[in-house]
Amino acid sequence: MTKQEYALWAQQESPKSKGLGDILRAFLFGGLICVIGQLLIFFFENRGAGEMAPVFASACLVVLSAILTGINIYDNIAKYAGAGTLVPITGFANSMVSAAMEFKTEGFILGLGAKMFIIAGPVIVYGVSASVIYGIILFLLG
Amino acid sequence: MPKKIGSKTLLLTSSPSIIGYAAVGAKKEKQGPLADYFDYLSEDSSFGEKTWEKAETLMQKKAIELALQKCSVQKTDVDFLFAGDLLNQCIGSAYASRDMAMPFFGLYGACSTMSESLCLAAMFVDGQLANRCVAATSSHFCSAERQFRFPLEYGGQRTPTSQWTVTGSGACVVAPSKQAPYLRAVTVGTVADLGITDINNMGAAMAPAAAQTLCQFFSDTSTRPEDYDLILTGDLGFVGSRLLERMMQAEGYPMAKLHNDCGLMIYDRVKQDVHAGGSGCGCAASVLCSFILPQIACQRLKNVLFMATGALMSPTSNQQGESIPGIAHLLHISAFPNEKEAK
Amino acid sequence: MDFMMLLKAFIVGGIICAIGQVFIDYTKLTPARILVGFVVLGVILGALGWYQPLIDFAGAGATVPLTGFGATLAKGVREAVATDGFFGAFTGGLTATAGGITVAIVAALIAGFFCNSDEKS
Repeated sequence: MTKQEYALWAQQESPKSKGLGDILRAFLFGGLICVIGQLLIFFFENRGAGEMAPVFASACLVVLSAILTGINIYDNIAKYAGAGTLVPITGFANSMVSAAMEFKTEGFILGLGAKMFIIAGPVIVYGVSASVIYGIILFLLG
Repeated sequence: MPKKIGSKTLLLTSSPSIIGYAAVGAKKEKQGPLADYFDYLSEDSSFGEKTWEKAETLMQKKAIELALQKCSVQKTDVDFLFAGDLLNQCIGSAYASRDMAMPFFGLYGACSTMSESLCLAAMFVDGQLANRCVAATSSHFCSAERQFRFPLEYGGQRTPTSQWTVTGSGACVVAPSKQAPYLRAVTVGTVADLGITDINNMGAAMAPAAAQTLCQFFSDTSTRPEDYDLILTGDLGFVGSRLLERMMQAEGYPMAKLHNDCGLMIYDRVKQDVHAGGSGCGCAASVLCSFILPQIACQRLKNVLFMATGALMSPTSNQQGESIPGIAHLLHISAFPNEKEAK
Repeated sequence: MDFMMLLKAFIVGGIICAIGQVFIDYTKLTPARILVGFVVLGVILGALGWYQPLIDFAGAGATVPLTGFGATLAKGVREAVATDGFFGAFTGGLTATAGGITVAIVAALIAGFFCNSDEKS
């Protein structure tokens, strides 16, 4: 049996992801988190935060996500929400908080401190690098 | 003494017995359909320990101690301990054996470790290199998850082909004796790799190795699937089982009706939300030692082919883009020491 | 309160997440790769000036998903290059996102200190 034939068999026998239901749940949960974010933006705008309101709102969502992760709830929601809890900033926070909680048994420095970024690290690395490239292009064009 | 037949099968001419066996599990196993057959189930998956690794160590120690207790063998009377687990450098087993003062062989065969250790124990006893050997393995959902996948609290979604690592351990004491279950033959597997790279589809990665070993055994012994009551694989899960049955059909050994998989037995796949089934060294080990061996001992099952399958990759090899090599070792476990008595 | 804004945030945010789910279900991409993709995409859309209209339209629906994080990086760089020149390319991104990242780090540290991970159900 060749690898190609076997790959086909493996694909035939593997159950498919739920598809539409999964996507709908991601939409609902993701949308809900954004609504909470928007409510927070309104709140901070009313307090006169002005342009900084979205930043404060995101920070609040990060804290909320950290709390839900800390009390062992976030992963249970994420099981249903999928990308709905992964893509918002709360997912980014969850990846750092969960790693910190998990790896603290390996010490506070090389465990918690270092491995906190095991999932979130690449997001920062490639996000920042992309922005630097943009900045250099902008400078050269400017 | 073991006698080689065919090209890769050893007949164990003295038919060593599994004189004692025990299975330990935790919360999820307790909710599963085999709960009543376990020797010990902990409500708390941490087993009261501070780290998951320590919990796994304790669990394996408990399984070994219970198995020894059930056949009244002292630790000091054990000639060799063959044990392994999924953790880096096999720390689960190494730390479990630290307090037990038994000559220790640490094994890594991924999820195939139960049949690997049982093969070696049987061969040592049959070859008269040892009088009493212990074969044990364990796996722990939490320690495996953080080593192979993500932190436990990480909000990831499991794919439909993924399997749930069993928190469990099984131990067998092998010795020359006149009691069932008897170990009649072993086929040590060769590594097979048909190019599966998806670590969330271990069943598909391991099925070719299982088919290869099974075909080897049938051709070496000139037997057919129908000659056995049960062909039991370790943790192929739903996907791997289907693939194995399909491959065996293509090889001219249809066996779907005789085949079952420990990963499909230990949990209720739908109710317990374990996707493609259970996995891990502890899956095959705990199902064998809780549910299967007692049935062979009372002759409800007469001839069983037990074959735990392992995926021999690491997170490193996987991230480097390597495909997943599989392995499967087979044991013929019987209610009778030889064909004469069976009749 | 502007209910229209809430509705728009819900729909736009929901759609961005649903796109992420499509990637999870129908491609072999791992979640980590998808997140990196979203952030880089955010930087690109921000750089092209296409993301700001979405933020103006949907508010949190655009700022809360990780693409918003990327767009903030791009926006920070653009402003810093305008004021500081070349060096701004290296300071702008993290300056603009410092709040979010720092809160996440501190939250992770505190949670790491006080909370323990538990078995999944």
